[in-house]
Amino acid sequence: MPSLGSIRRSFAPWDDPAAKPYISFKNVTKRFGDFVAVDNLSLDVYEREFFSLLGPSGCGKTTLLRMLAGFEEPTEGELYLDGQPLKGVPPHKRPVNMMFQSYALFPHMSVADNIAFGLKQDGMEKGARDERVAQMLKLVKLEEFARRKPHQLSGGQRQRVALARAVAKRPKLLILDEPLGALDKKLREETQFELMDLQQELGLTFMIVTHDQEEAMTMSDRIAVMDKGIIAQIGTPAEIYEAPDTRYVADFIGSVNTLEGKVVSSDESHVTIEGPDGRIVGGLRGSKAPADGQTVWFAIRPEKMQVSREKPAEAANALEGEVWDVAYLGDMTIINVKLESGNVVQAAMINRSRLVDDPIGYDERIWLSFSADSGIMLER
Amino acid sequence: MTARWSWFNISSVVVGFAFLYLPIVLLIVYSFNESRLVTVWAGFSTKWYSELFQNQGILDAAWVTVRVAFISASVATVLGTLAAVALVRYTRFRGRTVFTGMVYAPLVMPEVITGLSLLLLFVAINFARGFWTVTLAHITFSLCFVAVVVQSRLVSFDKSLEEAAMDLGCPPFQAFMKVTLPVIFPAVISGWMLAFTLSLDDLVIASFTSGPGATTLPMKIYSQVRLGVTPEINAVCTILIAIVTTGVLIAALLQKRRAFLGNNE
Repeated sequence: MPSLGSIRRSFAPWDDPAAKPYISFKNVTKRFGDFVAVDNLSLDVYEREFFSLLGPSGCGKTTLLRMLAGFEEPTEGELYLDGQPLKGVPPHKRPVNMMFQSYALFPHMSVADNIAFGLKQDGMEKGARDERVAQMLKLVKLEEFARRKPHQLSGGQRQRVALARAVAKRPKLLILDEPLGALDKKLREETQFELMDLQQELGLTFMIVTHDQEEAMTMSDRIAVMDKGIIAQIGTPAEIYEAPDTRYVADFIGSVNTLEGKVVSSDESHVTIEGPDGRIVGGLRGSKAPADGQTVWFAIRPEKMQVSREKPAEAANALEGEVWDVAYLGDMTIINVKLESGNVVQAAMINRSRLVDDPIGYDERIWLSFSADSGIMLER
Repeated sequence: MTARWSWFNISSVVVGFAFLYLPIVLLIVYSFNESRLVTVWAGFSTKWYSELFQNQGILDAAWVTVRVAFISASVATVLGTLAAVALVRYTRFRGRTVFTGMVYAPLVMPEVITGLSLLLLFVAINFARGFWTVTLAHITFSLCFVAVVVQSRLVSFDKSLEEAAMDLGCPPFQAFMKVTLPVIFPAVISGWMLAFTLSLDDLVIASFTSGPGATTLPMKIYSQVRLGVTPEINAVCTILIAIVTTGVLIAALLQKRRAFLGNNE
């Protein structure tokens, strides 16, 4: 089987059994009254990793961060930072800094004083402190705003002040709670790359919480997709996208079509299923093939399907259907196709040419085809 | 929307304000009256003010009042702020509802009852009545006003500010002093102003809890008026009105500033 993804592949301490984790959650449970926010969760994060916790609101991702920062104590389980247990260490004694979702800038202090706050607290001398503040202001490109108060800044500028304040103390670990949540789309995309550069430049470990899957995909070395207090899957962005463990993960990251069926036959890399939409051959996740007759789901991303008017002569899979909806997005066109079974699947076509003589329109009968390696079988 | 001025609008405003302020205006005007008779105008004069500053009885009473107001407002502000912090922050402690109710009860408690019960307490524990009993009584009833003012500010205070301070290396108490207190400070000051003004005005509770040698200005005025209103009393009242108005205006300005800061967090 070809390997998944090749971006930033040189850095992969999680594959090295000798590597020591920098952050370790060991069977951590957190309850608020009867509500279980984090459920017996174990997780290792490595030094210099850009790690994202991704999930819908209420899945426990923020609680996990707050436990790391020391604002919550685990109900059960242990937390380690660089091999040291964190139990009972108050927030102000942890070598961890956090960037808050609301930025939490001190409104009565200037930008420079905000950034200097943690340094002053550490008893850093004034000369060294001023130098560090200037350096931080330069890093976030806010040199001329040093004397402004937070309410005189735009949202994007405030975000950068919060970031500068959090990294001013040079923590080994920076935790970021929805750091880009309050920015508009364009600014968010720019800031994503800035964050990545900053992390590289300072050699920090980043642990970030987000509900935006695109953001997590762009920036992370690894992503943990969370669901109701547990981790549904941990992996590199490519692993999570191309080889999701479950339908929940497949659905949370990007769009996906899932078709139900029963296993007819299988070999070491592929499975054939039979369902209301006919026979489909798809890739196998891992090495263990499901038993014949078992109910499974075939998951395929919209961009992995070819759209054609004629039935393709050589394709491992081909489904016929009627065009139900067409959405033109500029870079691509999304087509919803209603299959014979009544299931609606989505296909995405890249618009390679500016002008198309005869675009596919509503109510046309078309064929969707894909190779045996385009989709994957999911058992859950 | 800018409504046009109609005769109805103007007259209702005039009548309303006259109803509220005519008595006070009369009092201020007559404090500058030349004549000893309060109801007869005999020309402008400030002689009652100069006479006032020679009346040792009134000056003593004024000094007692200012000291009581200053001490009681300061203590009530500290205690009221702490109560507000406890009520807003620790939302899950046992008996919170009872505690909240108990902090607010004095707001609606008739002053006569507060005064009487404090008097009974001081008698029961054999506390000599005088300056300190009045001060204690004023702390008791103005504390809840401070708590209400500070609490309303704390409710909208972003708790992550304090967490950020701790995250950057502040122990909890320092985080409160360096971040929370400066941010809520306008509310604390306006609470102090309110407590100070309330103490300055109070007649009923002071009458119950005061003793020999601790006559407050309102008590003094009240006892003098029973012997007949003199322009001197008008002069004292005018000064009191000026102080109270200034206090209220400052408190209002601070509230406005606070609302402005609150919008920009």
